[in-house]
Parts: sequence; structure tokens; C-alpha cells
Amino acid sequence: MIREKVRVKTFKINGVDVTGQSNQTILEVARDNGIEIPTLCHLEGLSCVGSCRMCIVEIKGSREPTPACTAKIKEGIEVTTNSSKIEATRKMILSMMFSERTHTCSTCVANGDCELQNKSVELELQHSQVPYLNKRFEIDASHKNFVNDPNRCILCTRCIRVCDEIEGAHALDLAGRGLSTRIIHDMDEPWADSQSCTSCGKCVYVCPTGALYEKDVSEEEVIKKRGIILELVKNRGKY
Amino acid sequence: MENKKIIIDPVTRIEGHAKITIDLDCDGKVEDAKIHVTQYRGFEKFCEGRMYTEMPAITARTCGICPVSHVVASTKAIDEILAVTPPQAGINIRKIINLAQILQSHTLNFFHLSSPDFIYGFDAPKEDRNIFKMMQTHPVMAKDGIILRAFGQKIIEELGGKRIHPTGITPGGAAKKIEESQKEMILKEIPNAMKIAQGALKYFKENLHKFQKEIDSFATFPSLFMALINPDGTLEHYDGVLRFIDSEGNILEEGIDPQNYKDYIGEAVEEDSYLKSPYYKPLGYPMGMYRVGALARLNIASTCGTPLADEELKNFKALGGGKPVLNSFYYHYARLIEIIYAIEKIEELLNDDETISETVRRTSKVSKNRGVGCSEAPRGTLFHEYHVTKEGVITAVNLIIATGNNNLAMNAGIKQAALAFVDGNNITDGALNRVEAVIRCFDPCLSCSTHALGIVSSKIEVRDHNKNIIKVIERN
Repeated sequence: MIREKVRVKTFKINGVDVTGQSNQTILEVARDNGIEIPTLCHLEGLSCVGSCRMCIVEIKGSREPTPACTAKIKEGIEVTTNSSKIEATRKMILSMMFSERTHTCSTCVANGDCELQNKSVELELQHSQVPYLNKRFEIDASHKNFVNDPNRCILCTRCIRVCDEIEGAHALDLAGRGLSTRIIHDMDEPWADSQSCTSCGKCVYVCPTGALYEKDVSEEEVIKKRGIILELVKNRGKY
Repeated sequence: MENKKIIIDPVTRIEGHAKITIDLDCDGKVEDAKIHVTQYRGFEKFCEGRMYTEMPAITARTCGICPVSHVVASTKAIDEILAVTPPQAGINIRKIINLAQILQSHTLNFFHLSSPDFIYGFDAPKEDRNIFKMMQTHPVMAKDGIILRAFGQKIIEELGGKRIHPTGITPGGAAKKIEESQKEMILKEIPNAMKIAQGALKYFKENLHKFQKEIDSFATFPSLFMALINPDGTLEHYDGVLRFIDSEGNILEEGIDPQNYKDYIGEAVEEDSYLKSPYYKPLGYPMGMYRVGALARLNIASTCGTPLADEELKNFKALGGGKPVLNSFYYHYARLIEIIYAIEKIEELLNDDETISETVRRTSKVSKNRGVGCSEAPRGTLFHEYHVTKEGVITAVNLIIATGNNNLAMNAGIKQAALAFVDGNNITDGALNRVEAVIRCFDPCLSCSTHALGIVSSKIEVRDHNKNIIKVIERN
């Protein structure tokens, strides 16, 4: 395999000249330079899929907003991370996440430790801009230790990625389309019947919301360990 | 003259939303009166499919005034499902929070909602019958009410984590132990709280003579009473067994395990109200009308078990002359006694060494597929019944909210008051206020008053038999 040579690229973020390596993403270079771009599906240590679109930025000359977590840097591009249009779009994306499922913070196990909730505070989203759909999904509580509540899932796919890339089990995947998309185990079997799940719990600990959680915990009692993935990756010498 | 209908909508100074209709006959005399609860909540249905662990948090949202009661009943139902007995410290913490809730809720009813009627009279101009006028004319009393309610709310916040919808009561016990500093903080405020409570009781008793006609006609009739009670006959709000007595004071059923409540309580549904009408099954519907709440509890209990409350209980019992007190107006009296009891009991429980021990919670897994939680809410006996799968997913829910138990009695009460005070040919504001005040005696919590926004207004429509509005009286 012929590897593309890594080169240094210079470009602009918010009018400031920055440099990065050609295999880096806009998000990585921005964060290296202390420029914060909001993210949600992104988790340090896992691959980036750009599923949530929270990190969208504007690139001069491009008509569409681009997700910073998957866009590789290019020489001379001019990136804007914050504009009224981007802010409005991010708020609309967040609103649509709230409207798709039933995110009732006040009674949620993840209340107070939820990235979706925190993002709403950060982006000052006070109410959903689109009506709630109130779609109901069945809870999978078959596993002896964990619960999968698709009603709180934002389809970030962190659980799928951590199971595949870190645990190496790939017990999880997506099924269905559009609003009906769900996280499933194996061939859409109850979690308890999954042959490939190792019950390691990584999916539960990286889930940004209360969609995956430890059984028998009540409101606000959820335990998340989102930082452990980066530690594991470092221990394996990949960083 | 045609048949007419008077509609009071909404009923003011109560928790929640309701309207009253008064039917007049051709001569303008009262024919019938009914209370309609106009809200639909749907908790029993939308809880289906959720995890059992979420039930305390979800059902707490039934109400903003008495969320603690729902959390207590809910966690007790889950304790049953988990087949777990919380450690004594956990039980004591729950009891203290529950008593603090009863204290603050009773205070709210007396000072904020009902006292304008006592101070200014039922015929006072409608502009004066509110807490704002009270702040102007009786600033100390208004302030006392706020202080006493805050005392209860502070206890809930300290031990439960939040003033409204607390998270500190969890399946298997309580979330956190009581710290010594918290205990001291609460104990320090007890003397002042007791002073205010006794002052309120004194004021009420001194002014009682002004309301003899109301005492006689505000839901004063024979009925059954139901409440939780300790096996030794003392007042109980958390544990204990259910007891039914009749209007003569005879015990109809003794020692009913709340798990078997369905054997004794039937649930009727009426076409014109979203509130169900529970009844005592052996007597059938509607003969099995019973009352719950402070009046029922004090009628059923032989003693409170705390010195100051017991002293006052003797005076209360004397009103019935050895039999249960049948006048619903005395709900106010019973609530004031319960405030004193709650303060004494909170002090007693805090000084119990067991209460501040380290172990406050036990954990377990789903062990049964059905659990009933029962507790005494400020307004009466509250039931939560859950059915779950072996994984812990809720399959069925049945709730009997405290106020619901009083539904038949409230309807009978407003009819009695309407007959006594309302004249269809001369409808006065004072008469209609009295009909509303009957409802206030029961202090109904018609679910989730926290969702009521803005100025609560009252609209009374006089309609003929074709429902054409012929007269409108508005209050706002």
C-alpha cells in the first residue's frame, strides 16, 4: 500500500493562520490551537463518523456546512467555526435530536451527566424548535446488568464503534432507517441472547445520554466513564 | 322559569383545576351540584413500558405540591417488587421527609389558600380574599405561613436533595445519610416552627365561633373513614395497616394489608369527571363513600403519640362526643393538629440515633412481579400499584391518588353547601365562594398545580337547560 506522505498544511480558522499535518482533521487542528468546536458523537480514542453534525463549520467557497471531525485539512482553506448561520443550524440539529426521541431530562437516569443535556446548555437551546414526535420504542432490559432504552438514543454510534474498535466484539450495529433507526445486538436479538456481547460495559460507559445504562439505578444515578477509552487506547500504545 | 345551571370554572385557591356545576330547578332552587376534574394526565398508561427504577421520578411529577408522597408510595411499591426491607435509617429519613411534606402542604392550605376566608369572612369582596390582601392587613401571619412552609421545604431539600421532586428517596431506602450538621440545622428551627403552628391553631380556634353555619353545612354527613394506622392505634403516615370505620366509630375492617387494597376498595368512573370515585367495596357504589385525609386520620387514630398533638387531639375528639367528627370544616382543625404532630415527630425521629446511622439503603433485584406502595399523603391515603416483567419493565400501573378517595364525599359536600347557601333567584358571590370553600376543606390536589400559569380566574356561568349562557360572573 502506498501511503500518502504526511505534509504540513497551512490554512485559516476564524481568520487566524494555523498549521497542521495533512492527515489531521479540522477539529484536531482547531483543538490543538485552542479553538473549541462543539461535538457530540465524537469521542477521543474512537474513529470519527460525523453522525451528529454538531461540529459543522463553514469552508469558504463551499456551499454546504462541513463536519470538522471528518474533514481533513487542506492548504489555504478558510474555515469559520462560528457564525450566526452555524449557530442556528446547530440549534436546529439539536432540536431535531430532541424531537426524534423522548428526552425527558427530569426523570432520566443520566440527568446531570448527559452530553445532550450539556450541549443544550452550551448552545443555549431553551426549547425544541420542532415539535416532538413522541415516538415510542420498546426498552430492552433483558441483559442482567444493562438496559438499552432507544427512546433516549441519539444514534451517535459511539457504542457500536467502541464495541468494534476497542472491545473487538462488534456486537452492536444499526437497524432500520430514518426515524426508526435503532441500535441492535447481533441479528436484532434481545441483549441477553447476544452471542458476541462480552458484557464488558464499554458501550454503557461511553453512551452520551441515558440510552444505555446500568440496571437498577434510579434518576440521576447513572455512571459514565467516557474518559476510559482514551486511557485504554494510550495503554495499547496507539496514541 | 326554566331549569338553570350555574358553573364555577375554575374553582379557585385549590391545587389543580376543577369546575363546579350547580343545577337549578324551575323555581331557582338547587337541584344538584357536582365537581368535575377537568384535567387528564394519563400516568397509568404512559408509565407502561418504562423501567421500574424510573417510577419514583416519573410519578413524583403527578404533583408539585406533594411529590414526596408519590415518591414514598412509589419507592414502597418498588421495595415490594425487590422484596427488600430498607434499613431503619432509610425508613426514618423517608418518614422525616414525608412529615416535612405534610407540614408544608397543610401550611400552604391554611395560610395561603384558606385563611383569607377565615380572616375576611366568606362574604368579603372577592378582591380581598387572597394572600396578597392578607400580607397588607396581617403581615405577621402571612410571613409566618411562609416561614413555616419554608421550614418543611428546607427539610425536604436537605434530606431529599431538592425541594420539589426530591431524588433522595430511592428504592431500598434513601440516597444519603443525614449529616450531623443537617440534623442540628433542622433541630434549631423547630422551636420557631412550633410557635408559629401553635399560633395558627390558637387563631383558628378563637375564630371558629364565626363559622357555625359553615361548620354545619360544609360536607357534614355520615360517611366511612379510611386511613393507615399503627397496630397500637397511634397516628401513622408511612407504615401501618389500613382501617375503615363507620360514622359511629365502629371498626368495619381492621388490619388490612395495603397489598390487598383491591379487596376492599372499588373504583367507579363517572362520565363528567376525570377523577375516579373509589368506594368501600363491601357497601358498593355509591353507598361505600368514605373520607380520607387529616380528618379521617384523627378520627381513626386513638392517639397521636406525641405530647402536644395529643393534648389538642383530646379537644378535637370532644367535638365528636366520642364518635367520629363528621364536619368536613374540621379538616382545617385536623390539619393544624397534624402540623404540630409533624414538628414533634420530626424532632423525635432526628433525635433517634438509628436515624443518623451509616447504612441507609439496601439493593436488590426484581423478585416479585407486583408491588403496592401505600402511604398517607397530606390529603389522604395514596396507593401505587405496579406490575413488572422479570426484567423490571412496567406492564401495568394503578394509582389511587389521595384526593380521589374523597371524590364522592366532595360531591356530596358541595351539594349540601349549595342547598344551604345558593338561591338561584339571587346568586351571590359569597354563596358561590362557600361552595368552593367546601372543596378547600378537603384540600384537594387535583394534580400538578405547578403547571397552572398566570392569574387563576374563576368564571361562573348561569346556563339554561339548553346550555345557553344567560348570565356570566367573572372573577380575575
